Amino acid sequence: MGSVVSAVLVLAGLGAFLALLLVLAEKRLASSGPVRLRINQGEPREVEGGEPLLSALKGQGIFIPSACGGRGSCGLCKVRILEGGGPLLPTETPHLSPEEIDNQVRLSCQVKVREAMALEIPESLLEVEEYPVRVEALTPCTYDTVKVRLGFEADAGFSFRAGQYVQVETPIYDGLSEPVYRAYSISSPPSETRFIELILRRVPRGICTTYVHELLLAGDRLKINGPYGDFYLRETQAEAVFIAGGSGLAPFEAILADMAERGIRKKATLFFGAVSRRDLYDQELLREYEEKIPGFRAVPALSKPAPEDQWEGETGLITEVVARGYESMAGMEGYLCGSPGMIDACIRVLTEKGIPEDRIYFDKFS
Amino acid sequence: METPGPFTIFLASIFINNILLANFLGMCSFIAVSREIKTALGLGTAVIFVMTLTSGINYFVYTLLLEPLGLEYLRFIAFIVVIAATVQLVEMIIERVSPVLYYALGIFLPLITVNCAILGVSLFLVIREYSFLQSLAYGAGGGAGWALAILAMAGLRQKMKRSRVHPALQGPAITMILTGIMALAFIGFSGMVPM
Repeated sequence: MGSVVSAVLVLAGLGAFLALLLVLAEKRLASSGPVRLRINQGEPREVEGGEPLLSALKGQGIFIPSACGGRGSCGLCKVRILEGGGPLLPTETPHLSPEEIDNQVRLSCQVKVREAMALEIPESLLEVEEYPVRVEALTPCTYDTVKVRLGFEADAGFSFRAGQYVQVETPIYDGLSEPVYRAYSISSPPSETRFIELILRRVPRGICTTYVHELLLAGDRLKINGPYGDFYLRETQAEAVFIAGGSGLAPFEAILADMAERGIRKKATLFFGAVSRRDLYDQELLREYEEKIPGFRAVPALSKPAPEDQWEGETGLITEVVARGYESMAGMEGYLCGSPGMIDACIRVLTEKGIPEDRIYFDKFS
Repeated sequence: METPGPFTIFLASIFINNILLANFLGMCSFIAVSREIKTALGLGTAVIFVMTLTSGINYFVYTLLLEPLGLEYLRFIAFIVVIAATVQLVEMIIERVSPVLYYALGIFLPLITVNCAILGVSLFLVIREYSFLQSLAYGAGGGAGWALAILAMAGLRQKMKRSRVHPALQGPAITMILTGIMALAFIGFSGMVPM
């Protein structure tokens, strides 16, 4: 009997002692006390050290775009770190070009705040704000895609350019330890200031899309921040090609609405790629824009039309359909929105056809 | 039988009774991390450090705590707890001191916790009734021997990048064969120093 008690006591004592040691070590090692951040030569702000720069900045009300939510896979959260920040990490190098490395550009989700830092953040990001919104409607587009209407509070004053995106905060739900952020393009026109609409396609095991598709109800409250991105229509004389895949139609709906409302004259063709007829949506809307906007044409294309679809339109991968449509694309502009794989494939086709890379605009959310 | 001095134990555990090549302990991380010399060196250093530290701590845990209370049978679980805590501590220190090494080691640093070579060293020093100095020497030597073996293997595998290995034997398979050949070479020394 005595040996059982002493065995339990010894093990428990040993475990407790080591746990205490680790807690003390964590206190001393992990956090580094208050740290001064200096942003764009402004007044230094004091933040608690030890956390990634991305979340430290969020705590200061500065929202750096990040589509992956700080896992280091999207490479969007770039900032220039002029002082402090430590050595470049192997998790950052795949996302940085040699020029960016020379320019001290870093991924803010990977850099931990440990010492005084001087940062340079584009002014446009400092204007990004967080907005509380109310879910006004959830309208299914297809079997796996839904259009979400988010209403602002009366005096919110949210304004954006057609084509930009916002980040939605997914609240904590089962299994999720902290809120995560996902980026979605706005599909409603900028002239509509009371609400915005987003198009979300369900991603298998996606954190935010699962939440929206399964748990979100009209009337719920969410937080968004934005607007972000330089994906907007360049008002030049050049002919444009829009290529959308799946939920990537969203920014083009905003751009087309904006073109129709403001009477922008620009020759443009929208290629909308889907698998079969059940993945197509908003086709009537596109027909309307074809009539309203002179020079605009919409080309839906199915990669694998089902037999019952009786599809007579374009078939094949969207890249093949685009390549078939043009002899040469020199002097044109390319606008892409869709999966990273689709965007990469489209960039290859467009550059082969003669569009320089700096005339191809895209938002890649991975 | 007289036990050898600490220095002899240190050298013998590197070259003669190499924990990996003679006892075949710690094979999983050995095979997984031996692709590049740089990461192998990082993990090897971490193992030397953790092994020396844990053999010292475990010596005291055993002689001062378990033995007097007659709880020798608890040594497996007690040693594992000590090793796990030490690895956590080392992880925090490395993350603080060298974030680059921390990311290079990635998942393998926490995996040292379940590296059987570390537990093996602690158990051997109890079985062989080493003194504290002998234990430290055995821990350091065992770690150095493991690091030497993984460095040698990483060197071989880097050289092998240009050799044509049969597709069926690529990766872990050829690594196992190479380990076997290296172990054969080490058998030549066996028995030189009784431990």
